[in-house]
Amino acid sequence: MRGNTDRKWIGWLIFLFFGIVSIVMLFPLYYLFLASFRDSKELFRFGMDLAIRPELMKLDNYKYILFGEGNIYLHWYKNSVLITFFFTILSSFFSSMVGYGLGVYKFKGKNLVFVLVLFVMMIPLEILMLPLYRLTVQFRIINTYSGVILPFMVSPLAVFFFRQYAIGLEKDFLSAGRIDGCTEFGLYFKIMVPLMKPAFGAMTILLAMQNWNSFVWPLIVLRTNQNFTLPIGLSSLMTPYGNNYDMLIAGSVLAIIPIVIVFLFNQKSFIDGLSSGGIKG
Amino acid sequence: MTKKVADSKEGNVPSKNIQRIKKIFYSQTLAPYIFILPFLLSFLIFFLYPTINTFFMSFHEVLGMGNQNFIGLTNYQRLFNQNFYEAIRTNTLYTIFLIIILIPLSMLFATLLNLKYLKGRNFFKSALFVPALTSIIVAGVAFRLLFGEMETAFVNSILIRLGFSAKQWTLNHDTGMFLMVSLASWKMIGIYMIYFISGLQAIPEELYESAEIDGANTISKFTKITLPLLKPISIYVLTILIFDGYRMFGESFVFWNEGMPGNIGLTIVRYIYQQAFQRNNMGFGSAIGIVLLAIVLTINLIQLRFFGVFKKEE
Repeated sequence: MRGNTDRKWIGWLIFLFFGIVSIVMLFPLYYLFLASFRDSKELFRFGMDLAIRPELMKLDNYKYILFGEGNIYLHWYKNSVLITFFFTILSSFFSSMVGYGLGVYKFKGKNLVFVLVLFVMMIPLEILMLPLYRLTVQFRIINTYSGVILPFMVSPLAVFFFRQYAIGLEKDFLSAGRIDGCTEFGLYFKIMVPLMKPAFGAMTILLAMQNWNSFVWPLIVLRTNQNFTLPIGLSSLMTPYGNNYDMLIAGSVLAIIPIVIVFLFNQKSFIDGLSSGGIKG
Repeated sequence: MTKKVADSKEGNVPSKNIQRIKKIFYSQTLAPYIFILPFLLSFLIFFLYPTINTFFMSFHEVLGMGNQNFIGLTNYQRLFNQNFYEAIRTNTLYTIFLIIILIPLSMLFATLLNLKYLKGRNFFKSALFVPALTSIIVAGVAFRLLFGEMETAFVNSILIRLGFSAKQWTLNHDTGMFLMVSLASWKMIGIYMIYFISGLQAIPEELYESAEIDGANTISKFTKITLPLLKPISIYVLTILIFDGYRMFGESFVFWNEGMPGNIGLTIVRYIYQQAFQRNNMGFGSAIGIVLLAIVLTINLIQLRFFGVFKKEE
């Protein structure tokens, strides 16, 4: 009995602790959100009132970035949406193919290929950015969607994840399919892809999020304002004494919203995808 | 006569081809190679070739496309300079701070959030995870607002209210490091927490139950069971943290995107970026990249020895 009441108290204490931690963690985003409804000059002069006051919330910043002159922000948004869309589809398709090949078949050189996958996974792309930049210039895909997408289309992390998933699947379906006269590729598309649906769920979300947020490579490949993605475009607005804060803050808020919405509805897939990097063997 | 022969030939060739193609589609020996083809192509074009290219460029003075002079080790000799030292120092300090802050904190959060009797666990998990969803730029905008230079900026206004003076956050080495470390910790702690939670969930419940029968208390259960069994995941987390620490770029870029007074926030990758893209010095940039590669590979080798990845895979 005593143990139970102790446990109850400790439970409340931990609850309180996480309540405070959560407030601290969410505070910067709350602040950003509030700031997006303010005039930035006023914000810098008078500081911020942390309470939500509808009478002080103005939609001017949003009106400006969405309907204002030039509308460059919408270009960035469109670029981000399209690049993320194409990247995610291509990357989950190719990565699942490779992962499936590595997970299901026995063939010569399999171990070598797998070690190469692990190796690529462990090398930070920043090291390769100079030669890759030159390569995109040679291929004439500099400053294009393809330039952003192609070099990282086969994601080693996703390959690894799909391989692990494919190893765990029931192989009886495959032999049954072969007897029915299915080609190896038919087996993949008709039998394995549907079986790997949860893996696709986790990986599309992870790949889409990474791509939506990716910064270093697009910063190097995308050269003109019209072609920027959201992170690159927003970073171009960051000047120490700039007058661009209205656009920067409201633009940042709109840039997070799609991910947060996807996250709220697919928390399990997010967590599965992310922890895949953490669990080995 | 001749016409007939020609006809039969024409008729035969495509059907033979079709059969050959059919064989390919049904062949179990060939299929895996087609499945892994995307990786092989991408590896050769976008990984192996660029890696070799970096080595090559690091021994050259690169003047433009296809125009370069061999200059031997000159680029590497140029690395012995104050800027590069400071960049390595920044990365090393940053990495050490991240390790000190993130490993114990994310392990603590994970352990507490794994308690079955805690109410609102899922909400807390999500709340701690949300910062990880933001891009480094968006996160940086929020932090620049909070840690603005002006007295009215949030953190400064609190400092003033507490009787301290306002700080010029981006203009000092210490506060600059503080900004980068807190931004990174805020953004990454949710991910590392998830890693530890998945590590905790892999620990069999029976271990705790039998320990309880033996009269173990919460703390000894944690030190005797949880900690040792979290070792592999901790080593993994440590490895990625060192990686992320040495390749850091965005955390510095959001605070000092144009100029850095006194090299505050100059990291190895920023140094590459500065030399290669802002000063058009590709050869020197490549040499810096090779040094970074050496650092990362050394860490990798150590990690592989710890994990025995090569031994484990069939």
